[in-house]
Amino acid sequence: MPGFKTRETAWCPGCGDHVILSALQEVLEDSGLSPHQVLLTGGIGQAAKTPQYLTANAFCGLHGRALPPAVAASLVNPGLKVIIDTGDGDAYGEGGNHFLHQIRRNADITHFVHNNQIYGLTKGQASPTTDAGHVTEAQPDGSLLPSLNTLMVALAAGAGFVARSFSGDKAHLKKMMTAALAHPGYALLDILQPCVSFNKVNTLKWYQERIYDLQDAGHSTSDFSGALEATRQWGDRIPVGIFYESHQPTYAQRHPLLNTGLSLAHDQRPVAPLAAIMEKEFM
Amino acid sequence: MRTVNSVNLLIGGAAGQGIDTMVYVLERSLMRTGYHSFTLRDYMSRVRGGHNFMQVRFGSAPVHTHDETPDLILCLNPETETLHRDALRPGGLIVTEGPAADSVPGRLSLPVKATTAAVGNPRTAGTVWLGALMHLLDLPLAPAEAMLSQIFGNSMLGQFNLKALAAGYALTSPQLRVPLPEAAAAPRMLISGNEALAFGALAAGMNFYVAYPMTPSTSIMTFLTRHTHATRTLVEQAEDEISAVHMAIGASFAGARAMTGTSGGGFSLMVEALGFAGIAEIPLVVADIQRPGPATGLPTRTEQSDLRFVVSASHGEFPRMVMALRDPADAYTQTQRAFRIAEDLQLPVILLGDQYLADSTVTLPAFSLPETPPPLPGARTFEGAGEDYRRYALTPEGISPRLIPGDIPGALVTADSDEHEDTGLITESSATRIAQMDKRMNKMKRLEALLEEPAYTGADNPETVLLTWGSTGVIAREAVETLVSRGEPVGMLCFGDIWPLPAATLHKLALSVKHWVAVEQNATGQLASLVREVTGIEAGTRILKYDGRPFSPDEIIRRLKGADA
Repeated sequence: MPGFKTRETAWCPGCGDHVILSALQEVLEDSGLSPHQVLLTGGIGQAAKTPQYLTANAFCGLHGRALPPAVAASLVNPGLKVIIDTGDGDAYGEGGNHFLHQIRRNADITHFVHNNQIYGLTKGQASPTTDAGHVTEAQPDGSLLPSLNTLMVALAAGAGFVARSFSGDKAHLKKMMTAALAHPGYALLDILQPCVSFNKVNTLKWYQERIYDLQDAGHSTSDFSGALEATRQWGDRIPVGIFYESHQPTYAQRHPLLNTGLSLAHDQRPVAPLAAIMEKEFM
Repeated sequence: MRTVNSVNLLIGGAAGQGIDTMVYVLERSLMRTGYHSFTLRDYMSRVRGGHNFMQVRFGSAPVHTHDETPDLILCLNPETETLHRDALRPGGLIVTEGPAADSVPGRLSLPVKATTAAVGNPRTAGTVWLGALMHLLDLPLAPAEAMLSQIFGNSMLGQFNLKALAAGYALTSPQLRVPLPEAAAAPRMLISGNEALAFGALAAGMNFYVAYPMTPSTSIMTFLTRHTHATRTLVEQAEDEISAVHMAIGASFAGARAMTGTSGGGFSLMVEALGFAGIAEIPLVVADIQRPGPATGLPTRTEQSDLRFVVSASHGEFPRMVMALRDPADAYTQTQRAFRIAEDLQLPVILLGDQYLADSTVTLPAFSLPETPPPLPGARTFEGAGEDYRRYALTPEGISPRLIPGDIPGALVTADSDEHEDTGLITESSATRIAQMDKRMNKMKRLEALLEEPAYTGADNPETVLLTWGSTGVIAREAVETLVSRGEPVGMLCFGDIWPLPAATLHKLALSVKHWVAVEQNATGQLASLVREVTGIEAGTRILKYDGRPFSPDEIIRRLKGADA
């Protein structure tokens, strides 16, 4: 059985996406899964091209809409390992409402957000995670909006796994990806990455000078208040690692129809109940 | 007591006065007694107060639509009498609340409040009214008693309601009588358009329905939710309509038989996804249960103003089919067909309903059910090694092989909103773009071969033909039948399949028809313009209605004769 192979990409040389793709390929290769058991989904953006560059099933949808089809695919076909790779604009901006509410659903999906704090595909406008004051072609006076604290939002929405990593530290990234994939239910991994073409502020070096590992600092993954506090750290010190993990029943486990492991994609249901429904409802 | 072939009742009151339950019991009692009925629901966008009414028309022969002229008006509040008394048929009866001594010929006064006090529960007023009404119509009480027992069980409230029914019955004496049909009818049922659509989806094997609540489509979701377990159907409420349509698309891609439903406002939000289903070739069924727009419009009322929108909704070009649902039996059949076509041709199919069809109930012969379950989407397999599979392969039949991801080792299934190679990978190649576009657009030709021509009703050699679509056809049919019975050379077409537009019947009739008259529930004549675009046929007269209220057969006849309304 062929394993997970990468394809030629259209990304800029030096883009953090290369490391993320390579880390994902290695993590999947080690996962014991076969490519046909994995569904990679994405919206639109440079990061969202990731499903195109790895040999697995791929669902490349519309901008901002990666979560709803990924959730639905996982609910109706639980045999698939569903992974989302998409960017900060797609996940937190255009797809903001889905981000809030699909977290609440807690389907068994893994969400990798390639966060370069800028719009890459459209060439350098502010994204929801662009720091205030960041000057771009579209924000010549500097972004007037504060950046969205997306990890805090995820915690507030009830996410059972919230973590951050950095494309400049592949070993840490692979560790976080593996932990996210092992988490039953919705898992968010926000991956800081440089955009060499359009983000001249948050460079590889900028991140490297600021990043520290929460786990090295003794943060417990079950400490919710500590996690909330850690999400507020940004600037001189930027934490990476698992902010919070708690095992909550997944949507399928809570759902009285799906909690038997039913795969709707493979469920040949009988026609017999229709006669009873017709009689009960209409006759 | 007068004997008549059919009776048209109008029952009005405020929201929250129990008219829904009362009519629910009445309709089923009529059906179980052997009558045919049609109920029109006219309600305001509020939960309490206001003015709501229902028109129940029943008779010894099948009834397909409402009648604007009531024979009897049951006024649960004074406003009902004020608003509707001018519409009463000459010789008709108004029934209202008040001391029995206030009754005069043509206006019966009933002490309903005092009766509920005697029964011992003020919440039984609706049932007192029902008992009184049933006696006025000389109907047997037993079916209603059984219904009330079923609804309320053996509770105290159930006992109070049975008492209230009898007490209401004692207030009146028979005034109108409809003879029962002679032959006992085959098994029958009472069903609304939305119920028939939802039940048709279940018969089609749909097992994933996702929606955001929006009047008048919500009853599809609530109906399906009641049968989640018996039918193993997942019913999901999404955070918005954009999510709903994308969840349906994702579920369909992953192997479920999926559908979403909404009204025009929600459909507007779904539009980008429609084109995605088109280019990604993912089967999708979307129901748009129309209401008057634009924007919020008249939320609880009826209109047919989304036609031109849904036939062209979404940017770019891709194949789609649009079916207008004409009546509940049609909704049941066409919904099943919509799923077959969506899967066979891998494209979006849009079902157009409207509030009139959605909420009106009618007695019909019981539906025939499928004998075997429709095959699973994943039953289509790929002949060959998994590694050779290409989701968007160009094939002689023009349809790329669809697989469910995960089913076949080695086979990788893709979906892409970008233009793509046969593998599903992004391309900007001119040759591939043309080949994939041609493959997709050729589905329109395949669709044309599957089209059902519009149903014709009327004179053998019509001079005037009405053009209608969807639920308006049922109302127009009664108008045309009346005109034909008077010897007038009138006919009508009612379009169900509406995009692509079936044109053969139009071209054939065009050889002899002198006047085309569009009869539509919108302000511009959207079918008329579509017909002109496709066939060059011009509907010289357009009878249009956009006040949110359905046509009646009599209104169509009057306006055909040149009157204003």
